[in-house]
Amino acid sequence: MDPKIAIGTKLLECLYILMGLVAGYAGIKTLFEKEHKAKIGTAVFWCSLAVILVFGRWLPKLWSGILVIVMAIPAVLGQVKAGPNGGPSKEYTEAQAKKIGYKIFIPTLMMGTMAIIFAVFTKVSPLVGVGVGVIIAAILLMIFSKNNKPKTFLDDSKRMLDIVGPLSMLPMLLAALGAIFTTAGVGQVIADLVSKVIPQGNMTVGIIVYAVAMAIFTMIMGNAFAAITVITVGIGGPFVLALGANPTVIGMLALTCGYCGTLSTPMAANFNIVPVAILDMKGRYNVIKNQLIVAGIMLTFQICYMLIAK
Amino acid sequence: MIKLIGVAIVILGFALKLDNIAIILVAGFVTGLVGGMDIVKILETIGNSFVANRSMAIFIVIMLVTGTLERNGLREMAAKLIGKIKNATAGMVIGAYGVLRLILAAFNVSLGGTAGFVRPVVMPMAIGAVEAKHGKADEKHVEELKGMSAGMENVTWFFGQVLFVGGSGALLVQSTLKQLGYETDLASLAKVEIPVALFALIVAGILYYFKDRHLDKTIYGQKK
Repeated sequence: MDPKIAIGTKLLECLYILMGLVAGYAGIKTLFEKEHKAKIGTAVFWCSLAVILVFGRWLPKLWSGILVIVMAIPAVLGQVKAGPNGGPSKEYTEAQAKKIGYKIFIPTLMMGTMAIIFAVFTKVSPLVGVGVGVIIAAILLMIFSKNNKPKTFLDDSKRMLDIVGPLSMLPMLLAALGAIFTTAGVGQVIADLVSKVIPQGNMTVGIIVYAVAMAIFTMIMGNAFAAITVITVGIGGPFVLALGANPTVIGMLALTCGYCGTLSTPMAANFNIVPVAILDMKGRYNVIKNQLIVAGIMLTFQICYMLIAK
Repeated sequence: MIKLIGVAIVILGFALKLDNIAIILVAGFVTGLVGGMDIVKILETIGNSFVANRSMAIFIVIMLVTGTLERNGLREMAAKLIGKIKNATAGMVIGAYGVLRLILAAFNVSLGGTAGFVRPVVMPMAIGAVEAKHGKADEKHVEELKGMSAGMENVTWFFGQVLFVGGSGALLVQSTLKQLGYETDLASLAKVEIPVALFALIVAGILYYFKDRHLDKTIYGQKK
C-alpha cells in the first residue's frame, strides 16, 4: 500500500473489506440453500454490495454507480428474501445463559466501549474501534463456549442480515440521493421558496421552523432519514447554519426532532403499527397514543436546547 | 422549480408506501436529468457517494457478533436482570426495561424488538406484577401496558441509538452536513444527544409509571 496514506485510512479500508467479506458470505451461502425462495436475487444483492465495499476505493465511480443499481434491482423487484431460519433453539440459548451468565454483557458492550475509547484516545475513526470491539467480542465468545466457531459467527451474521434485508441500505441510498440533490442545485430552489414564507436572517425562527418541519415531514414520510436529507438542504442549511449556528448541535438534534415525528405517525408502521399486531392489541393506534405526549415534550425540549446551544 | 420534482417524488412515494429503494432511485434519476446531469454523471454521483459513505454499513460488522450473542443467552440474562427488582409494579417493570434498553441501544445492541423481547419477556413480567397484587389482570389495563411497553421500546431505542459513536443516524447527519460544507465528528455528534436521551428516558419512565398507577387505582379500586 501507498505509505503516504494515513494509518487511520488504511485501517478503515480493512474494516470495509471485513464488511464486504461478511456480506459476500451471506450472498454466496444463499446460493447453496436448497429451500431458499429467491436465491439469485438475494445472492446478487449481497454480492454486489460486497464488491462495492471491498473494492470501492479502487473502482471507477461509474462502475460503483452501476453496481449500486445492480444491487438495487432485485431489491425493488422483491427478490431479496431471508433464507431458512437457522436460529438457535430456546433450549440451547437457555443452557448457554446458565453456563455463561452475566459475563455475556462483557462482549455485548465491547463495540460501544471500543468506539468511545478510539474516539477519545486516538485520531483513528471510532468506527475502527467498533471493528476492534467486534473482534474482541468474538474472541471472548469463543473463550466462553467451544461451540462458537468462526463459522457460527458467519452463519449468525447471515441470519441477521436476512432479517434486516435490503432496507438496511436506506441510509446509504438516501445519502446518494442527497448528493444528487446537491449537484443538481435543489437546495437553492427550496431555499428560495421557503424564504418567501419565513424571514431569512432570523436564527430563532429558522431553528423552530427547521425542527418542526423535521417532525412534520417525518410524520408524512414515515422516515426521519429520508426527511433529514431533504429538509437540511432546504431549510437547515440556508435558514440556520448559514447564519453561523453550530452544525453539530443543530444537525444532530434535527434528526432526533424527526424521531419525535416517527413516534407520532402510523406511516412508521414498523415501529407503531406492527407491534399492535405482535402484541395482539385491540386499538390500532394504541402504541402511537402512548407515544404522543412523550414526542411533544421531546420536541419542545429539543427546540429549547437548540436555541440555547446554537 | 422543476428541480423540486425529486423532493415531491420522495415525499409522495414514502407517504404512498411505494417501494422505498425504487422511490429513492427514481427521485435521484429524475432530479439529475431535470438538473442538467446526464446518465453517466448521475451514476458517477451515486457511485461516488455510496463509496464515500461505506462507513454506514458498519452494522454489517456488528452483526458478526449480535446473532451469536443472542445464541449464547443474552436475552435470557437481560430478562433475569430486569427480574431482579423486588415488589415491582407493572410500570416499574416497563421503566426498568427502558433503562436497560437505552443503555444497550447506546452500545448499538438490540434485544430483539417487540417480537423478540417485549412480547415474550416484558409483557409476562408486567402482567405477573399486576397478578401478584390483584389476582387477575384487567383487560383494559393489559392493553395499556402493551401500548406503554411498545412505546418505551421505541422511545429508548430512538434516543438511545444516537448515543452510539458511529450509529447510522449520526453518519447520515455527518454526510448531509458535509455536502453543505460543514465538517463534524462522530463523537461530538453523539455527545450532543446525551441530555436528550436522558430526558427522553425520564419523561417516558415517569409518564408510564404514573399512568400505570392511575389505571391500577381506577380499575381495581372500584371492585374492592
